[in-house]
Amino acid sequence: MLNFINLVSTWAIPVILAFIPLYAYAKKVPVYDSFVDGAKDGFSTAISIIPHLVGMMVAISIFRASGALDYLISWVTPWIKHWGVPGEVLPLGLLRPLTGTGSLAFTTDLIRTYGPDSMIGRIASTIQGSTDTTLYVLTVYFGAVGIRNGRYALKVGLFSDVVGFVAAIAICLLVF
Amino acid sequence: MIHLIWVALICIGFIFAAAQGNIEVVTKAAFDGATTGVTVCFGLISVLVFWMGMMRLAEDGGLLQKISKLLSPLVAFLFPDVPRNHPAMGYILSNMSANLLGLGNAATPMGIKAMQELQTLNPDKQTATPAMCTLLALNTASITLIPTTLIAIRLNFHSAHPAEIVGTTLVATAIATFAAIAADRWYRSRELRRRPPAIPPSQTSLAPLISSAPTSAASSTTLPVSSPAVPRTGITAAKGRDTTWKG
Repeated sequence: MLNFINLVSTWAIPVILAFIPLYAYAKKVPVYDSFVDGAKDGFSTAISIIPHLVGMMVAISIFRASGALDYLISWVTPWIKHWGVPGEVLPLGLLRPLTGTGSLAFTTDLIRTYGPDSMIGRIASTIQGSTDTTLYVLTVYFGAVGIRNGRYALKVGLFSDVVGFVAAIAICLLVF
Repeated sequence: MIHLIWVALICIGFIFAAAQGNIEVVTKAAFDGATTGVTVCFGLISVLVFWMGMMRLAEDGGLLQKISKLLSPLVAFLFPDVPRNHPAMGYILSNMSANLLGLGNAATPMGIKAMQELQTLNPDKQTATPAMCTLLALNTASITLIPTTLIAIRLNFHSAHPAEIVGTTLVATAIATFAAIAADRWYRSRELRRRPPAIPPSQTSLAPLISSAPTSAASSTTLPVSSPAVPRTGITAAKGRDTTWKG
């Protein structure tokens, strides 16, 4: 199983990269011109995201540096101790929707401190792998097309984060 | 909502820093955050430029349309208000497949392209369409088959079974995705009920149900922004099943 997964993860991108141009070439598309044409869009898109991302990063950064996040964590931890949930993973649940790189850093830190095969390490890995940075995804996707009113997208995203977080912990406690 | 969160994050941070007597961290954190934002965007340039070039090739070669046709039943169910042959469908599908493979970097440009295509169907360019919300619901729940990054990190720290979290991740991600789709559907139908379409009631079979709903409670909480200012004159119920969103 592990061999198969390793195989898929190492081959997936190279195969896609070789197949797409070859297929287009066979279909008589002027491949290089077509590629450059599409690539131009990528640049302007990346630039148009900057203001949105800067705005959000500033807010999260202030919130974290002020110690407000640490306080929030220390306040929530006692509530879940008796469910058998290790309190160490809780900050991850709070960080995950806010910052992708931040939560990845936190997961790496947990894995390093407690070991990858510890319960904390497994739960952290599962959480990090099964949810996404809702605020980042919303900012980038909506920012790219200039949407200001995201309707219920944030609520749905945060709700699925909570469900994913609880599910990840429950399944790890069950399986391991 | 995003406005409130943004202001709250900044103000709570400000109050905390002030109460602890180290207000100077706010200034530093603000500029650090701004730097990170720009750095992340510049990091995205290479990936975006590259994958969008690739995606244009796939599009011009007819590959996206082919995949789109193959998987269209699933996506038609999830995105009932996007026309089947619209380019957005192809990008949505590529975005989903990339997410499945754990290729977050590849999924983002495709998702952005999908958003841009969905925006062409949007009557109110500042307000998200339900289809956009569904796309985001799928992306925030991030259906994952292979958590590539995590397996790599676990390998780095000499795990005895680096891939043992694949199963748990799959189950957790499936539950989260299911919850996201269910919640998305719930909000979708709730907004439909709150804001009945301006098309003649004879065309909506749900009309009797809608009119009998407790409208007094609903109208008091209706979002002011969601009411379409555009006159719905151009509406034709003939195209597609769910035309109510495209005013």
